[in-house]
Amino acid sequence: MDLSNQTFWGYRRQNGRVGVRNHVIILPVDDLSNAACEAVANNIKGAMAIPHPYGRLQFGADLDLHFSTLIGTGCNPNVAGVIVIGIEDQWAKKVADGIAATGKPVEYFGIELHGDHDTIMRASKMAKCFVQEASALVREECSIQDLWVSTKCGESDTTSGCAGNPSVGNAYDKFYEQGMTLLFGETTEITGGEHLVAARCRTPQIRDQFMAMFNRYQDVVNQHKTSDLSDSQPTKGNIAGGLTTIEEKALGNIQKIGKKCLVDGVLDKAEVPTGPGLWFMDSSSAAAEMVTLCAASGFAVHLFPTGQCNVIGNPILPVVKICGNPRTVRTMKEHIDVDVSGLLRREINMDQAGDMVAEMTLRTANGRLTNAEVLGHREFVLTRLYESA
Amino acid sequence: MTIHFVVHDEGDSVGVAVVEGVKAGDQLTGWIMDQDKTISFKAISDIPIGHKLAIKPLKANDTAIKYGVDIGRVVAPIAEGEHVHVHNLKTKRW
Repeated sequence: MDLSNQTFWGYRRQNGRVGVRNHVIILPVDDLSNAACEAVANNIKGAMAIPHPYGRLQFGADLDLHFSTLIGTGCNPNVAGVIVIGIEDQWAKKVADGIAATGKPVEYFGIELHGDHDTIMRASKMAKCFVQEASALVREECSIQDLWVSTKCGESDTTSGCAGNPSVGNAYDKFYEQGMTLLFGETTEITGGEHLVAARCRTPQIRDQFMAMFNRYQDVVNQHKTSDLSDSQPTKGNIAGGLTTIEEKALGNIQKIGKKCLVDGVLDKAEVPTGPGLWFMDSSSAAAEMVTLCAASGFAVHLFPTGQCNVIGNPILPVVKICGNPRTVRTMKEHIDVDVSGLLRREINMDQAGDMVAEMTLRTANGRLTNAEVLGHREFVLTRLYESA
Repeated sequence: MTIHFVVHDEGDSVGVAVVEGVKAGDQLTGWIMDQDKTISFKAISDIPIGHKLAIKPLKANDTAIKYGVDIGRVVAPIAEGEHVHVHNLKTKRW
């Protein structure tokens, strides 16, 4: 598949970034504001609340990550407008100000001194304006370079390493050649293959940064572990699917970065890339945490190869499921967007499988809803670094 | 030709069943993906889809190889065609 001169139809935002969805989101700063956000989304058709359980008494780096994840979510080009609601208005303003830097419509509300009813009424009036403004926006033809694509696999099995993940890797190699912006991460799930990722880093400095992130995360595991993690990493589902050790899982995992792309830089959690290329983000390997961070870093389409089938989605980032396990494709077909099980029957080759992934990436960018979107999967999970104060 | 299991690299010690219902005694055809070759093996265990079978005999403390890379330490002897999983292979990490 020749991707040079390839275009897609997207929403170009005020800051130049291109989105593939046009959501108006009602974003709580904290757990207490979920009810008001959900009430606004219930009043205003076309607005979506993104409830979550955190935002109180966090401090230091953990609080910084909370803010950068919420602000990043609002800044994501798949979002047309944002209503921020917090229990009080100072932190709500902080989140709204961060999002306003993109130039998109954003307004904030604090519940204290008003109560839920008044806040819901005022926020609903504003959300109605935002939804109508968003609905008037028209997709325009954009270069493929404007499309940011992230990947993370989940509920992997051995077919992930043989089929699903290398299909994404083949597509990544093709995207990389076009100068697209690409992301991978899952720091712990590189354990056993870290030398292979290190060897793909473009410069010694990037390699050192990658290894520092990898070693830091290993220290976290070593500090807290009470076993060899064989009850959680690989997961029970991974083991049922035939994966035995973290090394085996990791070697399958890193098939997603293909054979040719180089790692052009590393990112902290929810950090936004500063240029095209392949980026590594130091991140959790838990599906919803990682995908939430991808969305907060500004990615517009997510490629999610799976073996046993993790059914995850995300509120604002379309999650494309790719699967090579013929049993999963048969038993859970409503979740699978790209069936690459033909690879394991030698009916298709890796180049063709990569083309299928690339094609579905573009169809998704053009507006095709993913299975996870249609099935209502909106998992939004904030990464916590430590206990609250 | 039906492929019953795949192997990433010809240096690997294990392959992966890619069809359902492999039973002990079945004669299996395997596809070595990197070298694009086929091999024939007899399963001596039932192998669920996605699970591994040894394509080389392995002793305790041997290193199992997949993708041409170390995937862990063998903790019980494994014969050719036998099921390889958590009962006879452990991580070397953590």
